[in-house]
Amino acid sequence: MRKGIRNWGPPVLLLTPSLILVAIFVYGLIIANIQTSMTDRHSLASEGAFVGFENYITLLTESRFLHSLLNLAVFTVVFIVGTMVFGFIWAWLLDKGVKAEGIFRSVYLFPMAVSFVASGVVWRWLLNSAEGDRASGLNRMLQTFGLDFLQNSWWNEPIWGMAAIAMPAIWQLSGYIMALFLAGFRGIPDELREAARMDGASEWKLYRHVIFPQLSPIALSALIIVSHMSLKVFDLIMAVTKAIYQTEVPATYMWIALTENDYAKASAIATVLLILASLFIIPYLIHTMREEKRSS
Amino acid sequence: MSQATQSDLSNGIAHKTRAGGTPQAKGTTFVLGRTAKYALLLFFVIIVLMPVYVLLVTSFKPPADVNPETSWGFPVRWPWESINGGPTGFDNWVTAWDALAPALGRTFLLAIPAALIAAMLGSMNGFVLSRWRFPHASLVFTLILFGMFIPYQAVLTPLVQMKTELGLPSNISTLLIVHVIYGLPICTLIFRNYYEGVPIELLEASRMDGAGMLRSYASIILPLSMPGFVVTIIWQFTSAWNDYLFALFLTDVQGGPVSLALNNLAQGAQLANYGAAMAGALIASFPTLLVYIILGKYFIGGLMSGSVKS
Repeated sequence: MRKGIRNWGPPVLLLTPSLILVAIFVYGLIIANIQTSMTDRHSLASEGAFVGFENYITLLTESRFLHSLLNLAVFTVVFIVGTMVFGFIWAWLLDKGVKAEGIFRSVYLFPMAVSFVASGVVWRWLLNSAEGDRASGLNRMLQTFGLDFLQNSWWNEPIWGMAAIAMPAIWQLSGYIMALFLAGFRGIPDELREAARMDGASEWKLYRHVIFPQLSPIALSALIIVSHMSLKVFDLIMAVTKAIYQTEVPATYMWIALTENDYAKASAIATVLLILASLFIIPYLIHTMREEKRSS
Repeated sequence: MSQATQSDLSNGIAHKTRAGGTPQAKGTTFVLGRTAKYALLLFFVIIVLMPVYVLLVTSFKPPADVNPETSWGFPVRWPWESINGGPTGFDNWVTAWDALAPALGRTFLLAIPAALIAAMLGSMNGFVLSRWRFPHASLVFTLILFGMFIPYQAVLTPLVQMKTELGLPSNISTLLIVHVIYGLPICTLIFRNYYEGVPIELLEASRMDGAGMLRSYASIILPLSMPGFVVTIIWQFTSAWNDYLFALFLTDVQGGPVSLALNNLAQGAQLANYGAAMAGALIASFPTLLVYIILGKYFIGGLMSGSVKS
């Protein structure tokens, strides 16, 4: 018994402060958030009577919220495809022995160190919607190169606007995906490639049967990371367009609801986001936990 | 990573020469392929650096020179030259500095302690969860890790309510608590992965000598932890510095960090005075860019620990 305390006492002691903090501020607040989302606290004065799923039903039948979900979906698809494509191409180019690799890698990765608020300043300028004589930013550059037909109003475009907003996000995070893929490429033993070549595999078959399968766990991690970042997109939109209807996503809509003291609505939106994120995170965490049990 | 780079550099070139084809055809495709590769790499460098170019040139243009036609051009006069006694290019920087300076100081007071405290707690957790395991340690770890992936929106409304109820101020001290708490999961993850590499024999030996856990932690693990601390501190510093979400919900421009001050400066900007906003963006990014330039290797290490397990 005394041995037990000696063995389990200290670890519990070290973990306790963090566990209490995580229990209150992660799990406790998530529960509090769900609770608020089931009340009618639509103003500061409201008592907060229990209304069940009413707020959720209102949200899911509200065209404004559905519009924000659609925006988020467009943003997510473009963001994922963009970062994965650029990240993969950069890693692939750098993998094969490049002089000054460190410099290229640093340049591709550096946007990651900058905040969305700071990069938003320049992207707001680059994505300026004025065309013709008043065009600046990207539109002005397209004009200079005689590519006027590519000029458009960027994020002010009703449907494809969200794709334009994904550009700064791709700029910022492709380097990160590159770093992941580069680590993946470097993790493939040379013998594997050699063996495939000895067996007469063409370059394409080598990629198809050796390299891609080896990279797929990394691609999956990258996918999960990028999708959950995408769900949370907030800073970027606030910095580039402010919280306006055209580029509204659930996170910015929630901010608007909260500034109007509509606590119930804000927390209902947040819960929907949490559920969406959990669809990616929970399988990933369970997978990680199983792997770990196997290895220990 | 840089060591791997060195050896891969020669390996990569060796691969190429070993590839099939007649010797002559091989030589030509090799040179062509290599030129195309560098051309592509350079093209991407130009694209990635384009926004930086815009920030720099615009920040040095006096407002009178900022117009759509010349928006991509280099400044046409020295930054200290004024037009008819009007503001100069340097004035953008002065305006930006005046707007951001107090917030910059506050952000250092936020990001440094937030990084140190979360790193320390993360180190303790990481040690227990990797090297002094107990039943269900991996479940506990997974429960902590969940906090890293949640959209923070899911806790913001109650956090704002909690702040009001407890009467916490709208300044960086409130923000500090929040950054420590939500930094815990990633710091724990980084340290746990790092300590997995510490030979268990070292700990068993000290256990044999009768050292308890706290003793082993203080005399064996802590002295080995420097690289782990570097990575977590860089990571935490950068994310606290760059945070906008918590800052916007929990503080105000008068007492908040630099992200709020910068957004305030930038949102006021029309095309004509973009210069000051751009100078401000450069000033606000400088500390994290410095960290990235000096400690880039560890920065990448932090990114990796946050995602893939080796």
